Amino acid sequence: MIWVVGVLVFWAVAWALNVKLAALKPSRFTAFVVPALFGVTLLLLWEGIVRGLGISPILLPPPSAIGVTFSQNIPTLWGDFVQTFVKGAMSGYIIGCSAAVLTAIAVDRSPFLQRGLLPVGNFVAALPIIGLAPIMVMWFGFDWHSKAAVVVAMVFFPVLVNTVQGLQASDAMQRDLMRTYGASYPQALLRLRLPAAMPFIFNGLKIATTLALIGAIVAEFFGSPIRGMGFRISTEVGRLSLDMVWAEITVAALAGSAFYGGVALIEKSVTFWHPSQRRAR
Amino acid sequence: MERGLFMRNILPILTVVFGLFVIWYAGAVYLNSNWAYDKAKRADVELSFGAMVSDTMVQEKPRLPPPHQVGAEIWKTTGAMVQRGKTFSKRSLIYHGWITLSSTVLGFVFGTGLGILLAVALVHSRAMDMSVMPWVIASQTIPILAIAPMIVVVLASAQVDDLIAKGVISMYLSFFPVVVGMVKGLRSPDHMQMDQMRTWNASKSQMFWRLRLPASTPFLFASLKVGIAASLIGAVVAELSLSQDGGLGARMLVGSYYGQTIQIWSALIAAATLAALMVAVIGFVQSATLKRMGMAS
Repeated sequence: MIWVVGVLVFWAVAWALNVKLAALKPSRFTAFVVPALFGVTLLLLWEGIVRGLGISPILLPPPSAIGVTFSQNIPTLWGDFVQTFVKGAMSGYIIGCSAAVLTAIAVDRSPFLQRGLLPVGNFVAALPIIGLAPIMVMWFGFDWHSKAAVVVAMVFFPVLVNTVQGLQASDAMQRDLMRTYGASYPQALLRLRLPAAMPFIFNGLKIATTLALIGAIVAEFFGSPIRGMGFRISTEVGRLSLDMVWAEITVAALAGSAFYGGVALIEKSVTFWHPSQRRAR
Repeated sequence: MERGLFMRNILPILTVVFGLFVIWYAGAVYLNSNWAYDKAKRADVELSFGAMVSDTMVQEKPRLPPPHQVGAEIWKTTGAMVQRGKTFSKRSLIYHGWITLSSTVLGFVFGTGLGILLAVALVHSRAMDMSVMPWVIASQTIPILAIAPMIVVVLASAQVDDLIAKGVISMYLSFFPVVVGMVKGLRSPDHMQMDQMRTWNASKSQMFWRLRLPASTPFLFASLKVGIAASLIGAVVAELSLSQDGGLGARMLVGSYYGQTIQIWSALIAAATLAALMVAVIGFVQSATLKRMGMAS
């Protein structure tokens, strides 16, 4: 009981502090501290309630137990990470995204095909493509090739749709200017339209990071060699060792945000000229 | 005018769809040809190209079933069963689709409700906004779906009904898009409009009901479309862990155990149709609502 009361008091104090901090003039400091404090509070609340109410670790292990499992199983987790993220998700991501961008450039000269591709692509992007996973496992076997194939199918359409839209983003004045310079089609594409499309392309690439990881993990539920994040999650759930599952989810969360952050960083250096990237005021 | 619309919009779409079908058939011939040649070799017959192609169209367990086989299977498990009065038999796709649909909709309704409530709280409390919003945005980059099997097992061992366990995952997936969209929508009225409300001495609740909420409607519908698609994906993945209850995800899993490719594809097409129907329903409600509100673009 002392645990529950303790964390509830901590929660009240932290919340009061956050309310105070949020009322201050917004700065970098508060923008970092307030959410961090909230996150710490959530973790403590979780720990305290699990311990205080004696919730079985089979239902919900406390964060401290997850941390211990995490640090004890780093080699296993690293092996799973390499299998699922580096081999499955990354290779599929690179293949799928480049195929989508190249397809968009290939249909760029035909407005007819673009008008057809945009609605179809938007439609397909909303479908549960993840269902292709069992088929891909059948075609490409249990190893990472089938996961990469699922990822390719999942990231292709969002990136395609965004790139096609992006290539239409430069305005008529700019294109006319290129024409007065006597620019050829490839010149206009490389110097004007592709750079102008970059914010759109990166929007697609950022959506695709999450999809890639989801695809790689869920595809492993349909069959995989004896390593991989999805494999580990489904087998450890079967053995009811949920601390290991949570450790694996921590890895997935870290990998997912690092992947997204990495793409966002590249975006920043490529599209530094775009209003959304300029520093506010 | 009619003709212009057709030439401008419908014909290109039809062309692309036709192209996809051509690729599908070509892929079916290519992927299934190995098996056809194998069979011919064992039977010691020389297989002409035409005979090979016609064999790839009718195999029992093809690597890639051609569209007409999938179509026939779908008809066999939906329309034909309705005709025989066995609409809800265990082998009917309508039965499995219904299971998937019910957990999707259950999760979606709760996810949307909670999402809207949280968005309202975020817009009105600065402390909430600063503490929670970064986490909501960060959670978008996390493969949340990975926890689906765990949630299912934990809730099942806590004696929770299976339908609710699946609904929780759908709820979780539709929750975040709705929060992000609604916060954006509730913040969309600009300074001029807020100042106008203030000059009318509007109270906070009046400002909310008369300005913020109506202004957020287009954003809400946009995120509802994302949310329902995510809900369906959540339900399908949840059914992988609870396959004993049936559902489209369970059909895919069972199909993959027994190498029944036609069954997997028909479940996949059924799931896609379901997703398309639900998005279309929301789109219909959206255009009707926005029209009545005078916001139709």
